[in-house]
Amino acid sequence: MSIFHPKGNWYRPPTGTERLWVGLALAWCLVMSITMPWWHFQGKQNAPQTTYEVDPSAFIQRVNQFVETNRVGEMNNVPIVEPEPGGDAYLLGQMWQWYPVLKLKKDQTYRIHVSSADLQHGLSILPINMNIHVLPGYDYVMEITPTTAGEFSLICNEFCGIGHHRMTGKIIVEET
Amino acid sequence: MSTETVKAAAHRVCETTGLSIFLKAQFFVKINAVLAVIFLLVGGIAALLLALTRWSNVMLLNDIWYYRMITLHGVNMLVFWIIFFEMAILYFASTTLLNTKMFSKKLAHVSLALMVAGAVVTNYIILKGQADVMLTSYPPLEAHPLFYLGIILFAVGALLVAFNFFATLYIAKKNKTYEGSMPLVTFGAATAAIIAVVALLHGAAALVPTFFWSMGWMEMMDPGVYRLLWWGLGHHSQQINVAAMVSVWYFVATMSTGAKPLNETVCRGAFILYILFINLAAAHHLLVDPGLSSEWKIWNTSYAMYLAVLASMIHGYTVPASMEVAMRRKGYNKGIFGWFAKLPWKDPGFSAVALSAIIFGFIGGITGVTLGTEQINIMAHNTLRIPGHFHATVVGGTTLAFMGLCYYLVPLIFQKDFYMKKLARIQPWLFGGGIVLMSFGMSFAGTYGVPRRTYDSDFGGAILETGFDPIAHIFLGLLGVGGVIAFVGLLLFLVLIVSAVFFGPSIKGQKMPTWQTDREQKMTDDLISKGYEEEGKDYHIKTPGTIALVLIFLLSFAIYYFANWAALADLWHIR
Amino acid sequence: MEKEKIHPIQKFMDNIWLLLALGLAIPILSYTMWGIIELMNIPQGTLP
Repeated sequence: MSIFHPKGNWYRPPTGTERLWVGLALAWCLVMSITMPWWHFQGKQNAPQTTYEVDPSAFIQRVNQFVETNRVGEMNNVPIVEPEPGGDAYLLGQMWQWYPVLKLKKDQTYRIHVSSADLQHGLSILPINMNIHVLPGYDYVMEITPTTAGEFSLICNEFCGIGHHRMTGKIIVEET
Repeated sequence: MSTETVKAAAHRVCETTGLSIFLKAQFFVKINAVLAVIFLLVGGIAALLLALTRWSNVMLLNDIWYYRMITLHGVNMLVFWIIFFEMAILYFASTTLLNTKMFSKKLAHVSLALMVAGAVVTNYIILKGQADVMLTSYPPLEAHPLFYLGIILFAVGALLVAFNFFATLYIAKKNKTYEGSMPLVTFGAATAAIIAVVALLHGAAALVPTFFWSMGWMEMMDPGVYRLLWWGLGHHSQQINVAAMVSVWYFVATMSTGAKPLNETVCRGAFILYILFINLAAAHHLLVDPGLSSEWKIWNTSYAMYLAVLASMIHGYTVPASMEVAMRRKGYNKGIFGWFAKLPWKDPGFSAVALSAIIFGFIGGITGVTLGTEQINIMAHNTLRIPGHFHATVVGGTTLAFMGLCYYLVPLIFQKDFYMKKLARIQPWLFGGGIVLMSFGMSFAGTYGVPRRTYDSDFGGAILETGFDPIAHIFLGLLGVGGVIAFVGLLLFLVLIVSAVFFGPSIKGQKMPTWQTDREQKMTDDLISKGYEEEGKDYHIKTPGTIALVLIFLLSFAIYYFANWAALADLWHIR
Repeated sequence: MEKEKIHPIQKFMDNIWLLLALGLAIPILSYTMWGIIELMNIPQGTLP
């Protein structure tokens, strides 16, 4: 009984249906164990794997430089910036906006560097629902290829103070 | 300490089980259970207010109080309610089930004082508005030093209770107060205690330096390192909850149906898989974090090839299978599911535990493993899918199981009977049902990208406008409705428990009143007394009903799992 | 009375102290230590 103490030698390997279930469950676990590494090599969606250590003020400077060199317009006073396809882009999370607006071309790959000027933030691209975590002091590089065109919203999904629910941004993806 | 003093310490003999209940330990079981329920109420009131705020048509609180209540809710539910209750379980499992008094009464008092002080201090500073940092308190967010100090005091107290638990196990063995191996329920409690030690050490590692930083004595910890250490506390404590919950399943299965574990080796083996591997999965909070490699992420989030998930699936079979065997032995042999219909559904302790297993397995477990895969997490991190998952595990699973245990705790330990038994019978369904609706509301809203921990789902006032599909708002409404129903279920639970403990008729000297018919209870009692003598005997009774249930479970798991991979393939390419 | 021979696997399962040690060692090494070492070794960004 679960509340009484078993005496003597109670060791017994599983038999019958118990053994069958343990085998089935183990097989399912092994299937699941293979899918993550398999997708890591074959799949096209993987958690970003490149990180650099940065000083927040150095990152902010780099963002401003990026905005100056590649600015193509503005939206509600937020600069719209178009990086080179295949090149680097910079996205800053700060209390309380994602800066700047990025203008990308569909099916082109970009290395978007994301970091925070202040607290932790959560980058969330909608409505496709892609999410990564953003830390100050860490430059997290997304090697990203937009496969759909249109206007995409950015929101923040990590609590970052009282303006957290007003922290938004945009990514515009043009058809090629 | 001689065997004589250890065994002869002040105790009473339980009229229902024949086990010895040591009076000093009993005091600590009672006080920890009562404190647990007090903090459950505090966290529960916060829960109602939050549900009525995320329900976008209602939006009850303002933004400041919303964020404050999330912190209050998280800390009281995930730390104070659940750990106080687990301390009660540790005191019970190490003394009554091992026929020994506890190792140190002094230590028990000191730990209690620390835990109460910590819980009060933390609640105070949150309500004062100086700790709006969420339960996780991620730097550079900074709270008043008392926030960290309160949690640290509580954690130290809990660590001392764990020490007392292990010391009690030691003196029991040394003084030979029981023959053979410790009972399965105690083994499960020991699993929980081991995991607790790992969790609390990580908590100290994360929060002590952060407390020093808040006092100006130290530099801020690196935020990435903080997250790694904090989730060593945050996630590992969920695994204490899993181990404790499963131990409760075994306990209530025995008490309500006379079930006995079919194979001690298999059940204990599963608990050991928890001990060795379950804590690795804390990595699933960091899957889309910078700085950690895919190798680290994949190895750890899979609990080392899902060996700990295997353990849960094993318990998911052994617990119902043991009950199926017990029911079939009692003559309920009709077809594949005849035994299932004849289970003691009128016993709220049983129905709470049965619902807990179903909700934890089908909703909590399946979503958890799936969302905790490195790549699928890209679609889920910090969306409402995450709270949708963990309310199914911690609330629909552990909290509901603990509520079920209370229906036994009150008559067996407090020696009181319940009023309003008809209401007691529906309470687990009300609470469980509300939580399921709320979890669905959260999960479906989350698939649209609705974020967690966010006041205004329409981002009103933002420089660049955005919003969600109206369907997402309907799901937020479901979240609200489910939350209200669950709160009513919680309130009913509190009324039932408080009225019984403080005003209920005493049943001293009597056996625990049964929720079943007398005939059924007699058959259950016979199985329990026979079970003790029949240790190790194989019944060769087949369990087709349980096999059908677990196969349905496996199929559901596979469908949900692969559906998510299919959805992932539609996203932009990223690495 | 002959002492019953206990299976070695049962002896392992009964040894709560060994389980405590392993339960501490495995996650601390695999999750915590490995993770901290990785976080301490992130390359510097070269931001011109």
